Amino acid sequence: MFNYQTSLGQAEFENPIFTASGCAGSGKELSQFFDLTQLGAVVTKSIMLKARSGRATPRMAETPSGMLNSIGLQGPGIDQFLEVDIPWLREQGATIVVSIAGESAEDYAVLARKLRAVPGLTALEVNISCPNVENRGQVFACHPASARAAIEAVRRNIGGELPIIAKLTPDVTSIVEIAQEVVAAGADSIALINTVLGMVIDTNTMRPKLAGKTGGLSGPAIRPIAVRAIYQVHEAMPHVKILGMGGVSSGRDAFELILAGASAVSVGTATFGNPLAVIKVKEELKTELIEHGFDSLREAVGYAHRSEGSLF
Amino acid sequence: MAEIVSNKKVGAYNHMGFSVGEIANSCKPGNFVAIAVGGENSQLVLRRAFAIYRTFDRGSSGGLLEIVVAPHGAGSIWLTNQVPGTKIDLIAPLGTAFGIPTEPVRALLVGGGYGSAPLFGLSEVLKNRGCRVDMVLGASTAMKIYAPLDGKRSVSSLTITTEDGSTGTAGKVTDVLAEIIESSSVDIIYSCGPMGMLEAINKIAVDLNVVHQCSIEESMACGIGVCMTCVLPIKGEDGVIRMLRSCIDGPVVDGESVIWDSKRTIPEGTWGAN
Repeated sequence: MFNYQTSLGQAEFENPIFTASGCAGSGKELSQFFDLTQLGAVVTKSIMLKARSGRATPRMAETPSGMLNSIGLQGPGIDQFLEVDIPWLREQGATIVVSIAGESAEDYAVLARKLRAVPGLTALEVNISCPNVENRGQVFACHPASARAAIEAVRRNIGGELPIIAKLTPDVTSIVEIAQEVVAAGADSIALINTVLGMVIDTNTMRPKLAGKTGGLSGPAIRPIAVRAIYQVHEAMPHVKILGMGGVSSGRDAFELILAGASAVSVGTATFGNPLAVIKVKEELKTELIEHGFDSLREAVGYAHRSEGSLF
Repeated sequence: MAEIVSNKKVGAYNHMGFSVGEIANSCKPGNFVAIAVGGENSQLVLRRAFAIYRTFDRGSSGGLLEIVVAPHGAGSIWLTNQVPGTKIDLIAPLGTAFGIPTEPVRALLVGGGYGSAPLFGLSEVLKNRGCRVDMVLGASTAMKIYAPLDGKRSVSSLTITTEDGSTGTAGKVTDVLAEIIESSSVDIIYSCGPMGMLEAINKIAVDLNVVHQCSIEESMACGIGVCMTCVLPIKGEDGVIRMLRSCIDGPVVDGESVIWDSKRTIPEGTWGAN
């Protein structure tokens, strides 16, 4: 019997395939296409303290094997989210990972306090790497000190129960340094990678295509960056569990991230092209693992790191 | 999966039919489809959205769904190059449909380029409700006017404008609107086409105090409401402006509710603006 279970910190999951934050709303729209309980977890769109309009349009440009987005964390704010979205997700019986984003360490502290007593949550993703905020300096995960401050604020306020997953950007000189910093600050596991900052210029108007000028690049185009980041962090801290993401649209793609060191994999942009992508990846990855002779998902995590001498 | 059953060149466009089974029965004028393009190893990761031209229930052989495609980008060119028999990954119906009045009214349908496609199905529905339907279609040139013969049957009058004057009246649709609205005592305008055209139609509709439903568009990634890319500032009945999704909250919206002049900015006072 193949064992598909996985864990991130103390959080246990029936299978390793999740939605990616910002690519599934709070699950409602996708629930028209499949039963959310089939997923390892629903990772909600990063929620902020207050309602947020997000950036102006156009917010999207398709790129070779990917897309650029600049949503700017449009959302209802934490209070409405806790009133509407979370009870709905609980009713569905979904495994819930809430993603939060703030503009200051204090925002993260308040968000953590609002979430600490909420029943039915399995883990907290702390998004400290959204590239679509007005001030690029607000990307906490670009600097060890600000990354540490945000995660410490959550750790101090969340209590002991809810595992923290720190979501990082690959747009840094050393992803390992940032990962070590957030783990030292109290993160239980790491989510890799957020989108990569990019720009498209419309050659007809001869101006940046997106109203926000820059945007986050996602899709298959960034998968090698995700694989590299996961590999480097797993190599440096093999005991820290990684939620991998970046351009996964098939079981083969997810398998690649697992081999690099991910214990679970989020499917994001692929959902835009195929609402059933998450389910497809879940089924294909299982087949992939079984065909490669693994009895469990856990055996395959980081398998690409084995020494050159080993035959299998 | 939906099989292509027809693919015909009509002027500058391709008129394509798909065998879609029962889906055809749940499609309404104004709904759209999202089609995966480029085949399995495509670098095109997003679906393409197309307004539904019309649908048929063909009994035992299943439903038929038709769209009009302008081959101008990599995705639409790929799609128009596919031959009948090819299986296509298609999601439908998506989005909100045109609102149909409960009483017979006088309606004016305005389409720009292949934006005319969903208006013919709408016209049939309106006609069956006892409405008088006038239609104005405009494009840059004659080849880009989409007005099939059987579509024309459902309208009381059809006015065509082209910017180069190659057919119909030389000029834009908005040059002829006011006169038709007054001579036909139009109660409601339905429109579909480029955003600039919809904005210009809306100005006239507001000036002449005519209800205006339009099918809007904005760069869209998913078509099902999860990506939040295709939003537009729209004023609700409570007077609050919100960034609403053109895929789910639209594409058909009340023209008066759209904040048209917000080009590339978030209008002041929008919910959650900071």
